[in-house]
Amino acid sequence: MTRYSAFTLFREGLRGHKGWSKAWRSPEPKPEYDAIVIGGGGHGLATAYYLAKNHKITNVAVLEKGWLGGGNTGRNTTVIRSNYFYPESAALYDFGVKLYEGLSRDLNYNIMFSQRGMIVTAHSEHDMEMAARQTNAMRLNGVDAELLDRDQVLKRIPLANTRPDCRHPIHGGVLQPRAGTGRHDAVAWGLARAADSRGVDIIQNCEVQGFITEAGRCVGVETSLGPIRAGVIGAATAGHSSVIAQMAGLQLPITSYALQAFVSEPLKPVMDTVWLAPPFATYFSQSDKGGLVIGGGLDRVPSYGQRGNLPMQETVLAGLAEMVPALAKVKLLRHWAGIVDVTPDSSPIIGPSGLDGLYLNCGWGTGGFKSIPVGGWLLAHLMATGRHDPLSQPFDLTRFPTGRLIDEGAASGIAH
Amino acid sequence: MQIFTCPFCGPRDEREFHFAAEAGKTRPDTTRQIDPETWATYLHAQRNDKGRTREVWMHLPCSELFLMERDSVTMEVFSTHPLRKEPQ
Ligand SMILES: Cc1cc2nc3c(=O)[nH]c(=O)nc-3n(C[C@H](O)[C@H](O)[C@H](O)COP(=O)(O)OP(=O)(O)OC[C@H]3O[C@@H](n4cnc5c(N)ncnc54)[C@H](O)[C@@H]3O)c2cc1C
Ligand SMILES: [Zn+2]
Repeated sequence: MTRYSAFTLFREGLRGHKGWSKAWRSPEPKPEYDAIVIGGGGHGLATAYYLAKNHKITNVAVLEKGWLGGGNTGRNTTVIRSNYFYPESAALYDFGVKLYEGLSRDLNYNIMFSQRGMIVTAHSEHDMEMAARQTNAMRLNGVDAELLDRDQVLKRIPLANTRPDCRHPIHGGVLQPRAGTGRHDAVAWGLARAADSRGVDIIQNCEVQGFITEAGRCVGVETSLGPIRAGVIGAATAGHSSVIAQMAGLQLPITSYALQAFVSEPLKPVMDTVWLAPPFATYFSQSDKGGLVIGGGLDRVPSYGQRGNLPMQETVLAGLAEMVPALAKVKLLRHWAGIVDVTPDSSPIIGPSGLDGLYLNCGWGTGGFKSIPVGGWLLAHLMATGRHDPLSQPFDLTRFPTGRLIDEGAASGIAH
Repeated sequence: MQIFTCPFCGPRDEREFHFAAEAGKTRPDTTRQIDPETWATYLHAQRNDKGRTREVWMHLPCSELFLMERDSVTMEVFSTHPLRKEPQ
């Protein structure tokens, strides 16, 4: 593997870029591995990477039915943040942001984490009180947060709607300065390259179709490329987690929905932060190429069809035009949807599946890009040791029978 | 917009409808002691089928619940029935 550096870039520039090696191999699957990870999205690739890096388990395969990052990892709006409310979520997501802060260097791959901050605006006096509560909660949990007044918001978002007839005037907002955006493909590719260089086999176009069980324990998988045995198995299959669970004879507290996103034509720089306006359930940022990256709420129809439907498009784009009337005439370049795995409390599921030998990392729903490194870190810990890291313990499936839900959907003011 | 057919009001715009739940769940007998696992399964576990599904939906203007069979990948609707008339 070629190490990436300014020097190699310069050298290859002079040599006509003929000396680059492939970023990862494409091996045939072996009949047996110490560990198998199902799903070649960010969480699966990060799991394999940390199995190798943190636990020295390198006889590992990642099985991906399509192409790397072809699920939600390559379809999301790339916002990375830890502005959650409850201590359990703050600890989880903030460790995720910390891992992102060191990820480019760790992987020797520029994942373009740009900590441009994220603002969640408040649009009434009551919103301002909730914003103060949110800021305090974040600070008590050791996460950076600042309460902004109207002028401070308008200074950072000069193009926000200030018309006198504005439907939801801005009163202020909560800023998380360390939040920002990253390059989604680079996260998948950088993790794949780093895992491969430590010996992990990354196998694309290999669909898991069933589990091989012996004496009640899961000892391998049936795939489109034949059976593969493994000492331990982890699944990180996002919107398809219920399909995997059915193969194991299990049901999960998950409903799959389509979540849409939009990218506009490239514009000159107009926004250098991420802005979420809860009354519209719309948020956007501007990519380095100049396109506005726009997201919003879920389509309210359970779905496995990776495309969005019209009512939510109208809601999100009407919201954008109300947030910034000047953007109403901007043209869209593309729009798409991914299938997200939504839990009753909008918190992830990390832990044993109920079938011995199979562990789960899923239920991230609309917000699991930000937690790719931490999700991989925690699933790798479970697979290697059979035990929870303290960070993942609260997110075990046992929270449903005990009733200890971590209800972030309502608490953190997120759009979904 | 997709058109769904309310068994009581006829074909209407999808925005008039609300997904309520998967069909076929039986509420545990709450006059007896129920263990937490059974109750959690009833409350939260989903089949979340890819492909053919049977679901309970509400048509908001008339507030009637009804059964809809559809495909969760293609979004094709196969049938809608009043709940009471659905053969068990
Ligand atoms: C439009 C949109 C916007 C979003 N915006 C944000 C955001 O701004 N910030 C944020 O933090 N999160 C965001 N998310 C959520 C985020 O994208 C996901 O939570 C995250 O990418 C999940 O990563 P993953 O690796 O678990 O899943 P995925 O990337 O979906 O990977 C799962 C992989 O499993 C594979 N797979 C499934 N079944 C099988 C099988 N049987 N055999 C083999 N492989 C299989 C799939 O092909 C897929 O590649 C957004 C999501 C969407 C759709
Ligand atoms: Zn009706």
